[in-house]
Amino acid sequence: MRALEIVSPGSLALVQDLGRPGYAHLGVPPSGALDVAALRLGNRLVGNPEDAAGIETVLGGLTVRAVVSCTAAVTGPPVAVSVDGRETGSHTPIPLRPSQKLTIGRPATGLRCYLAVSGGIAVPPVLGSRSTDVLSGLGPSPLEAGASVPLGPVTGVPSGADVVTASSAPPQLAVPVLLGPRDDWFADARASLNAQWTVTAESNRVGVRLDGPPLRRVSTSELPSEGVLTGAIQVPPNGLPLVFLADHPTTGGYPVIAVVRRGSLGALAQARPGTLVRFHASF
Amino acid sequence: MRWRRYGEHAALLDCASLEEMSAARATLTEAALDGVTEIVPGARTLLVVASTSALEAARSLLASADLDHPPAGDAREVVLDVRYSGEDLSLVAEDAGLSVAEVVALHTRAVYTVAFTGFAPGFGYLAGLPAELQQSRLSSPRTRVPAGSVAIADEYTGVYPRESPGGWRLIGHTEVTLFEPSAAQPALFTPGLRVRFRSV
Repeated sequence: MRALEIVSPGSLALVQDLGRPGYAHLGVPPSGALDVAALRLGNRLVGNPEDAAGIETVLGGLTVRAVVSCTAAVTGPPVAVSVDGRETGSHTPIPLRPSQKLTIGRPATGLRCYLAVSGGIAVPPVLGSRSTDVLSGLGPSPLEAGASVPLGPVTGVPSGADVVTASSAPPQLAVPVLLGPRDDWFADARASLNAQWTVTAESNRVGVRLDGPPLRRVSTSELPSEGVLTGAIQVPPNGLPLVFLADHPTTGGYPVIAVVRRGSLGALAQARPGTLVRFHASF
Repeated sequence: MRWRRYGEHAALLDCASLEEMSAARATLTEAALDGVTEIVPGARTLLVVASTSALEAARSLLASADLDHPPAGDAREVVLDVRYSGEDLSLVAEDAGLSVAEVVALHTRAVYTVAFTGFAPGFGYLAGLPAELQQSRLSSPRTRVPAGSVAIADEYTGVYPRESPGGWRLIGHTEVTLFEPSAAQPALFTPGLRVRFRSV
């Protein structure tokens, strides 16, 4: 059987593809890779369709053993990658022979590296997706040492010509947002969002939590629960914003002051605790 | 009704009432417009994720729709068998100034509608709870509520689809499976569905 053995998962290794959108009305979060561009790139490098499932790691540390010949690629922030102890580098197709071990080091910047493997991770899909949803528990459990994960059939050839330069995750982020739907609940939403925010250690796949000068509400009403989307900046009563990522609940009871532009979500998902964030709002 | 922008690919419709939201949801669902990827009902809102042109079509459809007479849509009704023995049943009765039997009678007599979902896959906020039973959440939520717990909070009743933390007042238990991801219809509770409870 085409498979990959997990030798060590590192601190957290999850199967992720592009998620299960379309079920929000049933209470099902979208889930899926947080740095979508990185997963798509990894899949292109190994010759997969861009929506194939790979492995999303937090701070690297993943070691896998190839059970069959396959091609692997590691994307996300630049990171050391080795095969049987020999450095190979990230962001490039890496051929693996049976029983060879690939190890992802600890990235110097950023949080999440992606391992794509030819054929894709082929665990059974749940509601059309193989992604692990940490909020609702759908999809496979976090990967554990000794686990064998199936690979699908190879459908394409690894990219030979892709020249990829990996970009480090910056220590400061400028994040473009669109104000609304509830910016009118806050005093001077645009200027307040432009304050200096710091990513906290409580951030996870549900959302990026920020610390900084609390956003002041002008409306003290209770918000009846309403639908929320990935990228929504929700403001709980303590005034400290939370940017929803892929495993967010489908409805929420706190006002959303603004929504992050989709193209900036990957960078936000790579922001380590301590990263400084400013939101730049447009109407 | 008022539309509010929600990022680059969505808009939020503010409605005056749960009834208006439900009518807008039924109208939009019935129309099945091309380019609409999500219709997410809330208590007083409808979140529509769609292409720019589909959002425009949704906007003009709802502007001219007769929301007092929405399409009936899914007229299914399910009846759930409930053992009324929840941990908070006597508390609910006490706070309502009723006997336990009266609480059960009120809860089983009403016909509920799945207004919106959230909290967990398969969890529905069921509107139609009699006014006498409308009570606040527990001041301190439980860390573990068993799957199948039938509960009430504010203007809603609901059923916990799986074990989870929760702050609603527990009045009973049902054996019915609310969410089965491998089923063709993974969630029993879909917006618009009518629900009744039967004491067993």
